[in-house]
Amino acid sequence: MSYSKRNDGRGFDELRPIEAKAGVIKSADGSAMFKIGKTVAYAVVRGPRDLYPKFLKDPTKGILRVNYQMMPFSGVGERIKPGPNRRAKEISMVTEHALSNIIILEKFPNSVVDVYIDIPQADAGTRCAGISAAAIALADAGIPMKEMVSAVAVGRVGDKLVVDLDYSEESFEGGASDMPVAVTSRTKKISLLQMDGELEASQLKELLEKARKACAQINEIQKSALKEKYNVEEVEENDSE
Amino acid sequence: MIVNKEMKEHMIDALKKGLRFDGRKNDELRKAVVEYDVSMTAEGSAKVSLGDTVVIAGVKLSVEKPYPDTPDEGMLMVNAEFMPMANPDFESGPPSSESVELARVVDKGIRECRAIDTKKLCIEPGEKAWSVGIDIMTMNDDGNLLDAAGLAAMAALKVSRLPKLNEDGTISYDEKTDEKLPVSKEPMLVTVHMIGDEIIVDPKLDEEHCSDARISVSYVDDKTICAIQKGGEKALTIDQIDKMVGVAMKKAKELRKAL
Repeated sequence: MSYSKRNDGRGFDELRPIEAKAGVIKSADGSAMFKIGKTVAYAVVRGPRDLYPKFLKDPTKGILRVNYQMMPFSGVGERIKPGPNRRAKEISMVTEHALSNIIILEKFPNSVVDVYIDIPQADAGTRCAGISAAAIALADAGIPMKEMVSAVAVGRVGDKLVVDLDYSEESFEGGASDMPVAVTSRTKKISLLQMDGELEASQLKELLEKARKACAQINEIQKSALKEKYNVEEVEENDSE
Repeated sequence: MIVNKEMKEHMIDALKKGLRFDGRKNDELRKAVVEYDVSMTAEGSAKVSLGDTVVIAGVKLSVEKPYPDTPDEGMLMVNAEFMPMANPDFESGPPSSESVELARVVDKGIRECRAIDTKKLCIEPGEKAWSVGIDIMTMNDDGNLLDAAGLAAMAALKVSRLPKLNEDGTISYDEKTDEKLPVSKEPMLVTVHMIGDEIIVDPKLDEEHCSDARISVSYVDDKTICAIQKGGEKALTIDQIDKMVGVAMKKAKELRKAL
């Protein structure tokens, strides 16, 4: 089925409006809010701190632990049961993988960095928004990192390849496939890749290129969120040291 | 299983020369064997072995109320149990992230290409529809449970038959009808691993422990993909992904012959 114009009037390669802010949760070691269209993600970083249960301790490196959760009222439909479900469990794990290769885990042996991702409002692309938020929060927490990471969903809606699908596109009647991708900022590598929905194998590379370009744009916004926080609060940050 | 750094280096050196510990080529699958109807109580079942890796998939059917957003469709559920009998590292208790991921990857492959025509499973719109439950049980883990599970689930679905539905709404599970499950497509799940910079398929357990990244791809046919899942912490370049997905396509074609 043909998809000639996007439901919200965007260009096919255009991202939804993005807002990002670092340091939004006071008690956290690092935190961020990342909003893309109507999807909002909060990420909170706590640590490095002592790791429990003890048997998980690794004397050679620290571990990263991610907990992703949708708030019960974050979906348009029925209330979402709080607590870990299978989807949340899987997303937590793939997010852990997407983030842990940018962090220098060797710097904090026997410890854990906990990342809590919570979604108060969802319009598709929540795991990607969560990753983009978490990267800002990790940098905000001063966790040693090799580079940043940004994420976006790309995919096919009807007969078009598009960037940053919203819910109406994900559930397009004429068929859609949704592919969340995370791209590292410096080495441009893919650290998260999932896809569901039918897709010609030949279109995969084109979609990955689109994701790479879109993630470069997101990265700029992530950087300015961090710059904004640290320019304004430079004096305060120095005081606390 | 404990894999140390030296063993991994040794493995990578060997893979660079195109050698694997069990003598296979880097892109060579182990022999896949499918045995059908291994459980008489299931509506359909299959046992798959990939070398020494063995899994059983069983299908159970029940009549349930359809989901409110799809009142004229039947339901599909995939569950996987990493049983302690299969691997000394598996423990009983709540499902691990790995077993949840495996179940969801298999589920996506079947669901996203509509391998089962769920509309045909509707008995009474909004009230009654067949619910298809696929349980994947690991019997022995010698690596690559993912691909074994995908193949077993598909095989079990293919031979599943509906039990007799009585007029009073009860089901006579002991009387199977001749009506088969409406399976219209046969997605094939293939996982391609990267160890160091070397690409391999169908890893044994020691290779799986050394794996830096993997990509699981469900192929509906030679050209169409319906699900992808990247695993492992190593980030990959677009070219590496392209290559791995290409390898998966060839292997999916090969694995399909076992069905």
